Amino acid sequence: MAQITLSKLAHSYLPSPTTSDDFALKEIDHIWADGEAYALLGPSGCGKTTLLNIISGLLEPSRGSILFNGNDVTHAATAERNIAQVFQFPVVYDTMSVRDNLAFPLKNRGADVGYIARRVDQIAKMIGMEETLDRKARGLTADAKQKISLGRGMVREDVNAILFDEPLTVIDPHMKWALRTQLKSLHREFGHTMIYVTHDQTEALTFADKVVVMFDGRVVQIGTPQELFETPEHTFVGYFIGSPGMNVIPAQVDGAAAYVHGEKINLGRVYHGLNGKIEIGIRPEFASLSNKGGLPVSIKRVEDVGRHRIVRAETMDNELNIVVPEGMPVDADMTNVTFDPKHVNVYADDWRVRGEAA
Amino acid sequence: MTLELKDVSKVVAGQTHIYPTNLTLEKGTMNVLLGPTSSGKTSLMRLMAGLDKPATGHVFWNGADVTGVRVQDREVAMVYQQFINYPSMSVYDNIASPMRIGGNRAAEIDKAVRKAADLMKLTPMLDRKPLELSGGQQQRCALARALVKNAGLVLLDEPLANLDYKLREELRIEIPKIFEEAGSIFVYATTEPEEALLLGGNTATLWEGRVTQFGPTPIIYRRPVDATTARVFSDPPMNFLNISKVGQEITFGDGQICPATGPLSALDDGTYMAGFRPNHVELEKNTADAIQFHGAIAVTEITGSETFVHLDHHDDRWVGVVHGVRDLKIGSRIPIYLDPTHIYVFGDAGDLVAAASYAEAA
Repeated sequence: MAQITLSKLAHSYLPSPTTSDDFALKEIDHIWADGEAYALLGPSGCGKTTLLNIISGLLEPSRGSILFNGNDVTHAATAERNIAQVFQFPVVYDTMSVRDNLAFPLKNRGADVGYIARRVDQIAKMIGMEETLDRKARGLTADAKQKISLGRGMVREDVNAILFDEPLTVIDPHMKWALRTQLKSLHREFGHTMIYVTHDQTEALTFADKVVVMFDGRVVQIGTPQELFETPEHTFVGYFIGSPGMNVIPAQVDGAAAYVHGEKINLGRVYHGLNGKIEIGIRPEFASLSNKGGLPVSIKRVEDVGRHRIVRAETMDNELNIVVPEGMPVDADMTNVTFDPKHVNVYADDWRVRGEAA
Repeated sequence: MTLELKDVSKVVAGQTHIYPTNLTLEKGTMNVLLGPTSSGKTSLMRLMAGLDKPATGHVFWNGADVTGVRVQDREVAMVYQQFINYPSMSVYDNIASPMRIGGNRAAEIDKAVRKAADLMKLTPMLDRKPLELSGGQQQRCALARALVKNAGLVLLDEPLANLDYKLREELRIEIPKIFEEAGSIFVYATTEPEEALLLGGNTATLWEGRVTQFGPTPIIYRRPVDATTARVFSDPPMNFLNISKVGQEITFGDGQICPATGPLSALDDGTYMAGFRPNHVELEKNTADAIQFHGAIAVTEITGSETFVHLDHHDDRWVGVVHGVRDLKIGSRIPIYLDPTHIYVFGDAGDLVAAASYAEAA
């Protein structure tokens, strides 16, 4: 297992890049801790696969270097990096038994027969395939094959890191729960450094200790799920994390108050001398319908998603989403919306301004 | 305009893919087929479209039997999970193609293409080739083509499954709006309960080749007719445990005894299976007659706004979805609470005996 250092790393697919727009991965400078689980999350084209390919050695970066435990591996081939990889689609040897599939990486390295047997049993138990160990992989369902791929990715204890590239895409929603919790248990038990690429926020948030949110070739925030939810550092993080995403409303901010078309909104912190495009961000979970106080609101539509409802509304010419918990009424006399001041964030040119304690 | 399936089944090489099914779909409605992979969603759509001939039964369109009629001769448009466009044609020509085949006038085609492109936010891309577009735009192109066809029956087979999460969220809101306006019969297959709830309309739940229930989406969610339907329409999965009732006492699986309150008080003596949704698991006692259980925490997952608590209760693995970020120690035993009005009761055969009383009220 290894600490991974990304030192002034950047990549362009062009031969002689000049402007920052030419870079598919803009400069990133981070140290990822040994034994932690990271998720790379972002929309298609955000650079997450480019970054993963640099870490795995499929791609040589145009600039900067990558270090495993302080050793420069920037120019080392994938095979020399001592990593395990799990891909979007299952990679299994159909003619081999499940047992031999799982044992393959260990046999390849000449591990002791007794150790292989013990380790394969342990992994089989973890992925719930003890019963099928002696079956041929051919004819197993896609779910089962992907479980074998995951198990094989985890079988070696001495890898520097395990890289996952959208590993649960082909799996049914119900099975996803089971596999994700198994992965999480495996991580807790073995303490591998894990890097998990996905465009699915639930997968990223539930799997990772730290989520790396990428947008337009840039890392916009690295944080715990709670940090991404409560204090998105960029309006993109507010939009991308959460369903629906954060409400963003243009406002004027002065001290501990924001004004939207002259209507006052109390803030939890104090802000001075802001410049640029000023907006406030409020998660739909921190907005509440009421019959007095706050901003006037008109309700357009109510969507019932079972455990809560999403109210699509409009306030002062802005679209606004409000999450209403199950069992709480949405009445016609609810003409106003209030925000929890602690959870109103302030943004200048899309980046969060920290402000001072009130 | 109606589509009616009467005792329609499909058998391939001696294996039943669809058991005899009866369904009536009305004009201007969104109908969701909800079920896991290989539950029969695509098979059922192919029977509706006329791509496959049923083994038994008949398909009626506006009351006329169309069972043997080829798909080309029916008013059907279909959109698949994989984006299917003509790669050598421009986006404009792709959208226009069904109308050209239909022999429409150029001016008419132009008007329809531009309207569909506008709805699907493709106006700036009309001159490009599909492969120059993002995945979301390619699928919007396929949707626009289905739209201009102005077909009476539009079949969408997991159309958003290959798209980014956020794009899916946006299109999920747009699609019902666009299709409501068009007034056709829409059928939409998905594996995701939340997608069904967001699309609204009607839902048919599918399990192993059978439609287990059909009706307005919120009603299927709140009043599933059996445990299978409840399981299909719950993500994370519904939690289950065995209970038995004697007099005014309920014994839960492990011997824990509680007074029978809420919907449980009216049950006949006997054994049942109780089911409850993950979002109804509470970590604090929130009502006076809440039932307390103890579970060992297996895994927790934090989304930032919610915590998913996976716990072992004897031989059952349950999951709870609770608000906020909870720091719970793996392996520790914690009390959890369940409001009896949130319990569904199923009989030995899985049939619903009593719906959770909160759902009756909703």
